[in-house]
Amino acid sequence: MAAPFSWIRPEPHGVHVVPADAWIDPSKAVDRALVTHGHADHARGGHGQTVATPETLAIMELRYNTRDGATPVEYGETIRLKGGVDATYIPAGHVLGSAQILLEHAGERVVITGDYKRRADPTCPPFQVTPCDIFITEATFGLPLFSHPPIADEMAKLLDRLEAHPDRCVLVGAYALGKAQRVIAELRAAGHSQPIYLHGAMEKMCRLYEEFGVDLGELRLVADHEKDDMRGSIIISPPSALNDRWSRRLPDPITAMASGWMRVRQRARQRNVELPLVISDHADWEELTRTIQEVDPHETWITHGREEALLRWHQLHQRRARALAMVGYEDEDD
Amino acid sequence: MEAFAALIDALIYTRSRNEKLRLIAEYLRATPDPDRGYALAALTDGLDFKAVKSSTIRNLLKERVDPVLWSLSRDFVGDTAETASFLWPEPVGAVAQPPTVGEAVDALSGMTRANAMVELPRLLDRLDSAGRYAFFKLATGGMRVGVSSRLAKVAFAQAFDVSVDDVEEYWHALEPPYGQLFAWGADGEDPPDTANMPLFKPFMLAHPLEETVVDLADFAAEWKWDGIRVQLVHVAGETRVYSRSGDDISATFPEMVTALDFPAVLDGELLVRGNVQGGDANDLTQGGAASFNALQQRLGRKTVSKKMLAESPAFVRLYDVLSADGEDLRSLPWQQRRQRLEQLLPRLPDTHFDLSKVVEAEDFEQLAQIREGTRDDAIEGLMLKRRDSPYVAGRKTGLWYKWKRDPLLIDCVLMYAQRGSGKRSSFYSDYTFGCWDGDPDQGAELLPVGKAYSGFTDAELKKLDKIVRQNTLNRFGPVREVERTLVFEVAFDSVHSSKRHKSGLAMRFPRIHRIRWDKPVHEADRLETLRALIRD
Repeated sequence: MAAPFSWIRPEPHGVHVVPADAWIDPSKAVDRALVTHGHADHARGGHGQTVATPETLAIMELRYNTRDGATPVEYGETIRLKGGVDATYIPAGHVLGSAQILLEHAGERVVITGDYKRRADPTCPPFQVTPCDIFITEATFGLPLFSHPPIADEMAKLLDRLEAHPDRCVLVGAYALGKAQRVIAELRAAGHSQPIYLHGAMEKMCRLYEEFGVDLGELRLVADHEKDDMRGSIIISPPSALNDRWSRRLPDPITAMASGWMRVRQRARQRNVELPLVISDHADWEELTRTIQEVDPHETWITHGREEALLRWHQLHQRRARALAMVGYEDEDD
Repeated sequence: MEAFAALIDALIYTRSRNEKLRLIAEYLRATPDPDRGYALAALTDGLDFKAVKSSTIRNLLKERVDPVLWSLSRDFVGDTAETASFLWPEPVGAVAQPPTVGEAVDALSGMTRANAMVELPRLLDRLDSAGRYAFFKLATGGMRVGVSSRLAKVAFAQAFDVSVDDVEEYWHALEPPYGQLFAWGADGEDPPDTANMPLFKPFMLAHPLEETVVDLADFAAEWKWDGIRVQLVHVAGETRVYSRSGDDISATFPEMVTALDFPAVLDGELLVRGNVQGGDANDLTQGGAASFNALQQRLGRKTVSKKMLAESPAFVRLYDVLSADGEDLRSLPWQQRRQRLEQLLPRLPDTHFDLSKVVEAEDFEQLAQIREGTRDDAIEGLMLKRRDSPYVAGRKTGLWYKWKRDPLLIDCVLMYAQRGSGKRSSFYSDYTFGCWDGDPDQGAELLPVGKAYSGFTDAELKKLDKIVRQNTLNRFGPVREVERTLVFEVAFDSVHSSKRHKSGLAMRFPRIHRIRWDKPVHEADRLETLRALIRD
């Protein structure tokens, strides 16, 4: 009999499921990829076969213009892979279509979270705690200083600022997949029913969310409107456009950014952000450590992020953990 | 404390100077005494609490948080106060009202190193994260909110519609929380009586000359000496020595306190006597002063030994006179003040004072030649002063210019990089560089010769940061040892011998002049080149 868990092998370019000859979120093209969610650092193009949720596959199709090899798996559905490996896709609460993948083989259970959060998000179903032997987690915000405030507080900050400056606009930098739509949906939930203006790069993803039943209210494109139309409005753009020449067409914008990194004052200053909104689609320190306690695995593997601190936490709590030193997963804008 | 914390956070995120002024002015109008006065003092680094230092905060946190998690967090944030504000455990149960700024200042003033570890938690438990941040910054100084003390004074003037020059003047007569200043500004009461106080008068400052060409018919030239700018004030039998920032440094230079014994306010350069600098042959310069390195031995001392007074006596080379025998001369043109200064000189002991000479030149071109030819290390360059300029506080365009000597240049190799702090906390922005101790093709080694963290653009910083990350050989905490691949052309003002460094020398004001992306490292300069430039 093979050594325990020898069938699952972390490599620099992804987690290799050996008997199935499949890779989880590989950062290079492979024959068979199991993809947790649609962010570009996890979902690359060019795989022979891509196993993912229908939402994730739609996002990938939007990005890479192809459905070749797409194999959809619904939440809760189990798919049998080669070599006697079962894969079940479970909600991760990160973005539309995001999933944890439970792998079962020879009586051993491994969960790979991809990216996740524990807060409610109107654009995707919540993270489900799934007991397992090995829990492979992210640690993007794996430092005790990260504590994401309730999103309602951040929405109130945004709407207060908007109201105080009716002749200006608030330009919110938000990741084009997930963050942007969540911010819009939360604004709607907070009672903001005015049209929201979009940078052109946001449009297709927002339409795709709508196709999957997420209501985003009235959206308009900045390109279709005059400066004066946008006074007193919220405008959403990718973070890269915040200090770009593009923003000159806006009416005296107040620069905001929706990101977990905004917690640290100088990070916000570095990006010339005047209104930092601490909003993240990743687990903060409390969520990460609570999740590990609830899942209660024999061992935690940490794919990427601030792994040193999370390793230290495991040591302090007499838990086993190792860092995988994966390359290519980093999310400067989240 | 909530309003103060909100002000601090708003200032951090505000780029516009006008908006900063508006925020501070609004706070000063809306906040009662003594909170607003202490807040103003905090913004201008006017508070100092002996019992609370950065190390106090660190120790306080390490009692409550795992030291490894603390260090990792501190490294990430790049700021002890902010990290501590995040990691302080939230109190459980009912929380008392947050302290006012005044209450916090009173508590901090009363603390000793011994009881700070007990007293601080009581205040911290009453604050939220933003409040803790503001409190730590208040306690340890260094707000880093992009507000200079001048800006704060301008904001005060705006808040109460008074003259900023008056604010500057009264400011130095008062101590935090500046009750009289607010009584005068906000409530229209009489200003503080400053006639009989040896007060600092704000210095007149110069703009860099850069591309400007001036007519010597309108402008006089003087040497810009390489010492420290000081103001000597004698009023009512008392003499004070003030530094450029208005700090009282009388105790550091007691010989100057006794040297002035009639009512006057004098502006000059404080230097240390030395015979190394003789001035050059045709006596364009005056000599008699040691280099800045010698002066540095005397700076920052609270007391000064007899030996030091004997070995490195200080004197002041006079530039200007602001008042004499009770008469305010500041509104007179420079030319007339200069005459008054020359008339005063016989009344001053020549052991402790001389006059900074006016540099004579036919025209601007000749002046440029004189500047180029200067090899005296006590000289930083030239000053150009409009002959009809009154003595006004701060930098007024078109009146005074400074025209510094060109820097020395040397090619060095990047060896180590350290993460910056504040806005640069995620960037490797402090660079240590070295020169070869022999022929690099014969196995010579690089020895560090200096460290610089300025002189490059933001775009270059990004590129440098990337190079450091991609060429790391070793990590030592926040420092990375970098593979020897990159040459910096380093500019510096002078170089001196130093026992503290393995290379045996220390550069003054090193900064990155150019990044020599093109230059192979073995073509960088050798130590001998740098040694030949030493002037002690």
